[in-house]
Amino acid sequence: MTTAFPQKGAMILQRTRPPLLETPFEVFDKGVFTPNGQFYVRWHWALIPTEIDIDKFSLTVRGHVNQTLSLSLHDILRGLPSVQLSAVNQCSGNSRGFFQPRVPGGEWANGAMGNALWTGVRLKDVLDKAGVKPGAVQVRFKGLDEPVVADAPHFMKSLEIDHARDGEVMIAYAMNGEQLPLVNGFPLRLVVPGWYATYWVKMLNDIEVLDQPDTNYWTKVAYTIPDTPHASIKPGQTGVKMIPINKMVPRSFVTNISSGSKVSAAAPTTLRGIAFGGDCGVASVDFSIDRGQTWHQAQLGKDEGKYGFRQWQTQLTLPAPGAYGLLIRCTNSNGVAQPDTQNWNPAGFMRNVIESTDVIAL
Amino acid sequence: MRRNRLPVVVLLIVVSMSTDVCAASPFELKSVKIDLPDSDRMFPAGPGADTINNNCLACHSAGMVLNQPSLSKQAWTAAVDKMINNYKAPVAPENVGAIVEYLTVLKGAK
Ligand code: HEC
Repeated sequence: MTTAFPQKGAMILQRTRPPLLETPFEVFDKGVFTPNGQFYVRWHWALIPTEIDIDKFSLTVRGHVNQTLSLSLHDILRGLPSVQLSAVNQCSGNSRGFFQPRVPGGEWANGAMGNALWTGVRLKDVLDKAGVKPGAVQVRFKGLDEPVVADAPHFMKSLEIDHARDGEVMIAYAMNGEQLPLVNGFPLRLVVPGWYATYWVKMLNDIEVLDQPDTNYWTKVAYTIPDTPHASIKPGQTGVKMIPINKMVPRSFVTNISSGSKVSAAAPTTLRGIAFGGDCGVASVDFSIDRGQTWHQAQLGKDEGKYGFRQWQTQLTLPAPGAYGLLIRCTNSNGVAQPDTQNWNPAGFMRNVIESTDVIAL
Repeated sequence: MRRNRLPVVVLLIVVSMSTDVCAASPFELKSVKIDLPDSDRMFPAGPGADTINNNCLACHSAGMVLNQPSLSKQAWTAAVDKMINNYKAPVAPENVGAIVEYLTVLKGAK
């Protein structure tokens, strides 16, 4: 645990430079909005500006547009309609540390995710201001962070033009009603609801409309998944078609009881947690105390928006003393449920297996 | 959480009250200047420690590597090759062997 990072509270230290900070899991029990001070942090390159002057910062919109723009923060905050949305930001490799066999990368437990109420402007409005020319195919996003080695690939991500203009993708200047902590991307961060966080470019200062598909390393080579169900392959399997990682999948967690806890047998136990649908809302959260033979519905909490965390709660009684695995399963509003076997791929992406909280009833 | 709640509520009210969302939002940003902590952690002593200290600390602190699980020699070779080919790590070819050997001893799969 570390408290050494400015604007951040207690975080699990995965790496100091560039920072990889994980949200301690207890935080998720407190509510559906993850506090900014404990929202996880993930950077690729270590040259991160530590000083941002809001009067000097500008966002460029260029490329296949009628008019190149250089927008000040004033232009963005005062010149465009503001929108709000709660959405989960989850690292592609959240939970990588649980992959079996193990894979290299950030060895996260389940805390490389968070949900915030994002305030900002629609990317569509910004693109319309510049005027996208016919023939545009993708939009590429770049932030202020830079590689340490000059010829190394600058971190950039791209979205298809129609996705970029869907009216949901936004440029956020606030999370949970406050400006973003610097390490979470101050002053502007792309918000791509329902998509993995790799697309949520931090310290966004450059938007380039492309008339050719992006071939940059971070879009084309890194952050790719096998084009198979659950992005899953057998360890060692080769010759698989790889595609860029994209939409998130449903997940659910118990937040008030951790594995290894003791609970009373033959008496009611309150079980509580969070779920999210991935690229859509939560339809139901079910639990099982008999290794998945029978499932029972948990009660869902307030819906704060389909892309956000949804709290769930239930009371259950473990009939007799002994060891139990409490299984939780989210089914999203597209009818997609969490799978009961874990996926595997060499990058450790997209884990969403039904998690088991192992308790002892006494 | 509790400390965040209030501004959220205030903001929601303001946004929902204004029918013309183009109207000046009350949100103000403030310039930020911070210092990010650095790490002076080095790789534990052993054959090849100097080589890995000299080649693997430019872009990320040692924690990146020391938090990795045990991996096979083949997987460590692939990881070092990835640093060189994909991320342009300036590692002289004659040092690759010593680094892979060091990692395999420190964190090799049995
Ligand atoms: C030129 C910069 C650079 C140098 C030098 C460098 N790395 Fe990396 N390394 C990276 C980047 C970029 C990543 C991936 C981004 C991230 O995970 O934050 C990475 C990630 C890793 C990972 C995680 C697995 C992965 O593939 O993402 C390991 C392990 C690693 N590096 C080991 C090493 C070792 C060992 C050396 C010394 C040979 C080294 N690195 C030198 C840039 C570098």
